[in-house]
Amino acid sequence: MTVAKPLPHDAAPLHVTGQARYVDDIPVPANCLHLAFGLSTIAHGDITTCDLDPVRAAPGVVAVLTADDLPFANDVSPSIHDEPLLAIGTVHYVGQPIFLVVAETHLAARKAARLGKIAYSEKTPLLTIEEALKANSRFEDGPIVWSKGDAAAALKAAKNRLQGSLTMGGQEHFYLEGQAALALPQEGGDMLVHSSTQHPTEIQHKVAEAIGAPMNAVRVEIRRMGGGFGGKESQGNALAVGCAVAARLTGRPCKMRYDRDDDMVITGKRHDFRIDYDVGYDDEGRIAGVEFRQFARCGWALDLSIPVADRAMLHSDNAYNLPAARIESHRLKTNTQSATAYRGFGGPQGMLGIERVLDHIAHAVGRDPYDVRRANFYADAAPATATEPVSQALDEGRGVPANASADLTSLGTPEAVGHAAPPPKGTQTTPYHMAVEDFILNDLCDKLEKTADYRARRKAVAAWNARNAVLKKGIALTPVKFGISFTLTHLNQAGALVHVYQDGSIHMNHGGTEMGQGLFQKVAQVAATSFGVDLTSVKITATDTAKVPNTSATAASSGSDLNGMAVKAACDTISDRIADFLGERYQTRDVRFADNKVQVGGETLTFTEAVKLAYENRVSLSSTGFYKTPKIEWNRIAGKGRPFYYFAYGAAVTECVIDTLTGENRILRTDILHDCGTSLNPAIDIGQIEGGYVQGAGWLTTEELVWDGKGRLTTHAPSTYKIPACSDRPDIFNVALYDGRNREDTIYRSKAVGEPPFMLGISALMALSDAIAACGESYPSLDAPATAERILTTLGRVQA
Amino acid sequence: MGVEFLLNGETVRVEGEAPTRTLLDWLRDMRGLKGTKEGCNEGDCGACTVMVTDARGSRAVNACILFLPQLHGKAVRTVEGISGPGGQMHPVQTAMVEHHGSQCGFCTPGFVVSMAVAHKNGRTDFDDQLAGNLCRCTGYAPIIRAAEAVVDAPVPDWMAEDLAALKAAESDVAIPRNSDALATWYAAHPDAVLVGGATDVGLWVTKRLDDLKEVAFLSGVEDLKDIEITGDSIRIGACASVTDAMQALAPLHPDFAEMLRRYGSVQVRNAATIGGNIANGSPIGDSPPALIALGATLHLRKGDTRRELPIEDFFIDYGKQDRAKGEFVEAVTIPRQPDRLKCYKISKRFDQDISALCGCFSIRIDAGKVAEARIAFGGMAGIPKRAAAAEAALTGQPWTRETVEAAMTSMNRDFTPMTDMRASADYRMASARNLLLRYFLENQGESTRVLEVTS
Repeated sequence: MTVAKPLPHDAAPLHVTGQARYVDDIPVPANCLHLAFGLSTIAHGDITTCDLDPVRAAPGVVAVLTADDLPFANDVSPSIHDEPLLAIGTVHYVGQPIFLVVAETHLAARKAARLGKIAYSEKTPLLTIEEALKANSRFEDGPIVWSKGDAAAALKAAKNRLQGSLTMGGQEHFYLEGQAALALPQEGGDMLVHSSTQHPTEIQHKVAEAIGAPMNAVRVEIRRMGGGFGGKESQGNALAVGCAVAARLTGRPCKMRYDRDDDMVITGKRHDFRIDYDVGYDDEGRIAGVEFRQFARCGWALDLSIPVADRAMLHSDNAYNLPAARIESHRLKTNTQSATAYRGFGGPQGMLGIERVLDHIAHAVGRDPYDVRRANFYADAAPATATEPVSQALDEGRGVPANASADLTSLGTPEAVGHAAPPPKGTQTTPYHMAVEDFILNDLCDKLEKTADYRARRKAVAAWNARNAVLKKGIALTPVKFGISFTLTHLNQAGALVHVYQDGSIHMNHGGTEMGQGLFQKVAQVAATSFGVDLTSVKITATDTAKVPNTSATAASSGSDLNGMAVKAACDTISDRIADFLGERYQTRDVRFADNKVQVGGETLTFTEAVKLAYENRVSLSSTGFYKTPKIEWNRIAGKGRPFYYFAYGAAVTECVIDTLTGENRILRTDILHDCGTSLNPAIDIGQIEGGYVQGAGWLTTEELVWDGKGRLTTHAPSTYKIPACSDRPDIFNVALYDGRNREDTIYRSKAVGEPPFMLGISALMALSDAIAACGESYPSLDAPATAERILTTLGRVQA
Repeated sequence: MGVEFLLNGETVRVEGEAPTRTLLDWLRDMRGLKGTKEGCNEGDCGACTVMVTDARGSRAVNACILFLPQLHGKAVRTVEGISGPGGQMHPVQTAMVEHHGSQCGFCTPGFVVSMAVAHKNGRTDFDDQLAGNLCRCTGYAPIIRAAEAVVDAPVPDWMAEDLAALKAAESDVAIPRNSDALATWYAAHPDAVLVGGATDVGLWVTKRLDDLKEVAFLSGVEDLKDIEITGDSIRIGACASVTDAMQALAPLHPDFAEMLRRYGSVQVRNAATIGGNIANGSPIGDSPPALIALGATLHLRKGDTRRELPIEDFFIDYGKQDRAKGEFVEAVTIPRQPDRLKCYKISKRFDQDISALCGCFSIRIDAGKVAEARIAFGGMAGIPKRAAAAEAALTGQPWTRETVEAAMTSMNRDFTPMTDMRASADYRMASARNLLLRYFLENQGESTRVLEVTS
């Protein structure tokens, strides 16, 4: 029984010895070529002349390609074909690829790529949200509006009312491994592509279009990424397509990896947002109604901006029961990098909006922001009933199901998708009319408040502040409720392929990709548990579009929910076949897989013996598995339905200190209680929580993206873009898992954990706001990222 | 080019490479040692960390901005050599597995090397030892737990380097063995680039893609690495690493050392030289403002001719220093004095971040009045520069908040800072003034440093 054990990451021994292989580490044939893009140096304009002779003449250059040289589709967009691999006539941002250098070495390609002589007829670029709004430059025809109740009336009727606005910066993913791809031409025009991608099927799809081949001619493989965080959901397309096109043209293997500066200049980042709010509330701070206007800076191409902006809207309630709400979302088109997926996928931005509102109301009514938050929480769900299904319970091994002929490959969708009834009257619902049935934050926060000693520490912070003139402390407790499922419903499916070999060893494959989150280990634990064998019997293999087709991106925190179920279905199919065979042979219905053995009635076989016997008796020991998430249905235009299977919850207390002379600041202590349902692997889940928190706090503090007036990103390397370093983690960092199980029938009743903890970092910004609020009368309205400079500026306002 | 060094315990002689070939590229492309990763190619992420050992000990450095000739006569150990010859894991490797210190694993080899070097050197100040290794996945907590778990484990015997195995191999690269040899060579090649630690020049090659024509490597100029402390002065040789300077200065001017603790990272400080930090004339180098505040003297040499000048006079204008062709920085001397120095480095991140501004203050109070004020800033002008008007506004005045506030106002006349990605001009000016107030308040016993606060 390996599920729920805190086992190390499967590749940890390879990581620590330097043997773990990433795309750039794959040995390449001696004739491999290397690629680099020539980039636009202006933010918007038409290309008038493009002299690439100096590029072609540079040492080591084999070929130089422009849009005119591409034989088939010139497109790397993951959505609406608006993103050419190489610019066609017009450039839309500084860093847009214009031409592709194919050279003998990486360095030769990089050097040559700088030699292009390109003249432009410049146009005025739209760089900011305000500029785009003024020019009405947007995706979709107008804003999307979702509402619940009559927010305008609620605002009018409310006893108190306030307005405000919040801006928050974007965020560079800063995966430690930059984007990379390697294309190896095969016989008959086929292409094998190694790509550092969260979405191999998308790479396969875009490469196929670019080389004029069907998808079956392209195989994409990825064993692991050196970090993804959403930045490799669509941003790897350009490299893979570039390599495949060049490989097709030259007949030689082609590799491309971005130098870090190129990576940061070319690729998209988290969307920056402005959120305006208008809220009505009573004297206790209870919200009567709220209106949000969300403005997302999407950059020059659509990419994934629609679902990102949707998810921001979907999280504008966070943990709070809003009696009336109106959310208006603007998706603005600017001459900057095309903003893309990033951990949380708009959720953090939307959630920060409502957290700001709660903080602002608390300041206005003079209450502890935590108390105001609690006054607005949804009600906790009643304890789970005894009638819930127990098929995924943590039992040791398992017997043959009563209906042994059940088709386990379609496990998971007894209910029809798409026709869920609206929640009954009186049910607490989100602003998008989904019933909140699994809320636990009242209980979770009761527990966290105690373990973090929140009440006493708030008093101690006030006392400390009274004693210190220059330094001020702040503290905040903020909750997270995060919706789990792709909001594009059809993506909520997964496949797996499992083989059991005649020696009892197991080969496991699924459509999910490993980017460090421990997905492979969790799923291997599922497989080992299904067969009742040790984890060492399970070989984890690279994600491969030839093994599992039509996969969804490993994104939306869905990896282990979807792929764990798919692998379990495949394993169960095989073990059922073995059980059926053994049951018949030994004339018993009692066949159990546990402890590397198979109990057949009174007999005991080793797993290997059982497998060997099954093989000799012509039992198929290979199976696919498939899973689709039940219960979800969603109408994004109307803003109604059940986009999420369930919610994941958590809360954090952060204490910080600021220097009122310089704005310098630091996190002193953080306490987190987070809900992973019944964790598949508590060590891996705690790792996600610790890392997510620090990354979230980084987004809101030191990580500042700066573009100059000409649209050039000036923070394009770690020398200027500052992700948290070792000493930036909290001095005291207590992380615990909430003891619970998922009410929904997920894989072993676990919950997704990839994205939700990121938003625990919001407590850091709120603690900083609290510290600033201790310095004056007016509300800080602290924007993000709260750099030292922004804190000092905000202090100036508060103290004025 | 021919250079010789130990690679994971075995002698290698490298021929036929350009002298500006980086160790990282060579390891990955020519040796197939793929464990050392390229994360940023500029020395800021630590994914390429290797251990370099010479007679002065073992140090972690970034292989991405380390040129092969800098290794001549030394030993280098990569993550592959941190494991034992039979593949046995080093204790830090085992601990990293057991404490879940790796997630995506890409930064992990660099962390492992940094941790193994710290372990070998008996260092337990892990936040500092690992400040040069960025991890985007873990939030660092499990890595620190791993490091702490093996503090008492013995250092594996394979971590020792047999430098004697290197014959006194000759090299055709200019790697002078002492300052006289350097002076002779540089006088003959006055257009050459002198490479100290390559933490700056490295980026000319890896980022600007410069082809450097003539280069000399100062890694072998042993006599300029010395730091001499006498009753009169502290003389820091130009080739002393920032690490060595920091250690020497800690007992004498602890705040200088504390500021240097935040200069770059362990890897950068181990490579970077004090001379380089001065000679490159950067307006945001961190040691010049401190040296100016301490009244340091710069020693220059060209051939056999030496001269000296107050260090602030070396910086003439942005990109322009008082240094002739063929002339090099030999040393800097700080007069011995009671410690009054405070150094305030302001940056977006505390560790391994280039200063938005760095203010260094040394103010002598006599009978309640300011007897002497030396205030210098980096990041406030095109050069490291004294705040002459503020100094004048203080000097001779009673040491009071009113005096300090008047001097803060007069700083307007000292600086017209610029706006860039690190800070706006307004912020630079506002915080520069406030740093003077911080000096005063700190002097009055007020607590002013967020780094010293605990929960």
